Order: sequence, then structure tokens, then C-alpha cells
Amino acid sequence: MRRRLRSIGAFWYDFVIGDDWRGAAVIAVVLGATAALVHLAGVNAWWLMPAGVLAALGWSVRRATRPASPARGRSTPH
Amino acid sequence: MNAVALFLTVFVACVVEAVEALTIVLAAGLTRDWRSTFQGMTVALLVLAVVVAAVGPALILIPLGGLRLVIGALLAVFGLQWLRKAILRASGYKDLHDEAGIYERQVAAARAAETGGRGRVRDWYAFTLSFKGVLLEGLEVVFIAITFGDNQGNLGLAALAAAAAVVTVAGIGIAVRAPLARVPENAMKFAVGIMLTSFGTFWGAEGAGVAWPGGDAALLVIVPVMAAVSLGYAALLRRSRAAALAPAGPGGTGPGARPTPEGAR
Repeated sequence: MRRRLRSIGAFWYDFVIGDDWRGAAVIAVVLGATAALVHLAGVNAWWLMPAGVLAALGWSVRRATRPASPARGRSTPH
Repeated sequence: MNAVALFLTVFVACVVEAVEALTIVLAAGLTRDWRSTFQGMTVALLVLAVVVAAVGPALILIPLGGLRLVIGALLAVFGLQWLRKAILRASGYKDLHDEAGIYERQVAAARAAETGGRGRVRDWYAFTLSFKGVLLEGLEVVFIAITFGDNQGNLGLAALAAAAAVVTVAGIGIAVRAPLARVPENAMKFAVGIMLTSFGTFWGAEGAGVAWPGGDAALLVIVPVMAAVSLGYAALLRRSRAAALAPAGPGGTGPGARPTPEGAR
């Protein structure tokens, strides 16, 4: 039962988040910041989400193509 | 977003998913047993119908602002995955998605597996392979159709576009009975990734309370900007990879042996 639940969880994680969880984390933070700016500071921060998404994309592909760092002891970021 | 744009976006996105499902179904059917393959496909479609029946009405009960926030975030995350892979493939850091190669691997695995039946299913392997392929890709089709359709208040048109995509790919599959390797999948995935990310950005921000300058017309700026920046990333990576792979000068070690982290996946 536990194994089945774990495999269901793994499927949905892979389906929604995929290879790089950092992209999803950045989008969650950016959306939270946008909502805070709009509702708490009264700033119509329409520019924040596109900027955040493009930055997350750049960061994600940069990490995926970065050469392995011996200090980190990993060959890929995933 | 007008009806034509909605239809085309959902259609193209669903074609990509349908091609992947078809590849798996053909591999199972041609190498194992068509009857078990169709049984697996039918059960997967029934499960999908239950998912649609359960999720569809529930979406209507959620406030539109909250729904846009959640769906926008999901679409943006989903689109980022597609775009990231498409950029890595376009720049040579990741192998091009090769339906023919996938088909060959599925065929080899299917041939290697033993035949075993259970109940009404003659070949459990063909059934499972087909079921998994159709269910996974079908879920993505449902997700795309429901999110786009519900946000635009035109679920019927989105469902029609998704159905048209599935029927088109199935028809082509029946006609050619071979993997649809000729479909330029990476280019299509690049385009779909841009659309998913753009709409995710638009709806997510709108759900967070933003009023876009120009309303829906802002999409006419967001989509080209996403496309331009993504193509720019791909061009930059292509150039840096070419520089890294260039032969080293005399006496230098050069970065020619630089690994391509995602190349083999």
C-alpha cells in the first residue's frame, strides 16, 4: 500500500513538477510576491510574473548545461 | 483569446500528446497482440472519462480568481518543463525526441517480454503497455483541454479541439501504421511550451490580482516575448556548446571534453 502511494506520488510529482523543482518553486514565490504587491502594497505588478518566469527558465537551462562541479560531487543537477 | 486561437493552441498541444500515445499503442499492437492492446486502450479511455466527469464539474464550483491562480501556476510550471527540454534539444544539449527510436525500444522490450494472459486479457504485457501509454498521455490531453477551455469559458471548443487532435493522429496512425517520426516534434513542443508558459503567466498573474495593460491583448505581447527570449536562450546555448566542443589550440587542454549533462537522456 505504501509502495503504491509512493508510486502515485512520484507520478504526480513527475507529471506536474518534472525534472527541475526549482522552476516550480520560483513560480510559486513570484506568484506569492505578485499577490502581496497587488493586495498589500496596491502595486499592479503585472511585470513580475513574466520576468520571474523568464528568469526561472534561464536559470533552469543554465543549471542543466553547467559542467559538473567536483566540489558538489554530482554530474548533473537532477 | 479568440476561438480560433483557443482551438489551435489546444489542438497542437494535444497532437503532441496523441503522437506519443500512438507510438506506444502501435509498438504494443504490432509486436504483441492487437486485441489486448485495444482492451488496454479502452480501459484507459474509460478511466479518463471518469476523471473528466469527476474533475470537470468540480472546476465550475471554484471561484474564477482562485482557479486562474492555480491553473496559471500549473500551466506555467508545465510549460517551463516543455520549454526547458525544447531549448536543450534545440541547442544540442539533449537528444532530439526521436519517436522512431522510442518505437524501436518499445518494440524490443515488447518482444523480449513473455506472453501471459489473465482473465479476458490474452496478453497482459500488451494490455499494460497500451493502458499506461494512453492513460498518461490522455491525462495531459484532459489537463490541457480543461484548463484552456475553462479559463476561456469555452470548454466545448477546447474539448472539440482535443478530440479533433486525437482523431486526426489516430486516423494518421491507422493509415500509416508506423511511428509518426516525420512530425517535427521538437519544433511543435517548442511552440506548445511557449503557449503554455505564456498563458500560465497571464492567468497566474491575473489570478494573483494583476490587471494586465490592454487586458487580453497583453497576450499578443507576452507570447512573442516568451518566444524571442526562449529562442535567444537556445541560440546562446548552441553557441556556447559549439565553442566548448571546438578543438583545443596547440598546447591547450581545451574544453572539448566538456560533458553534455542532459545529452544522453
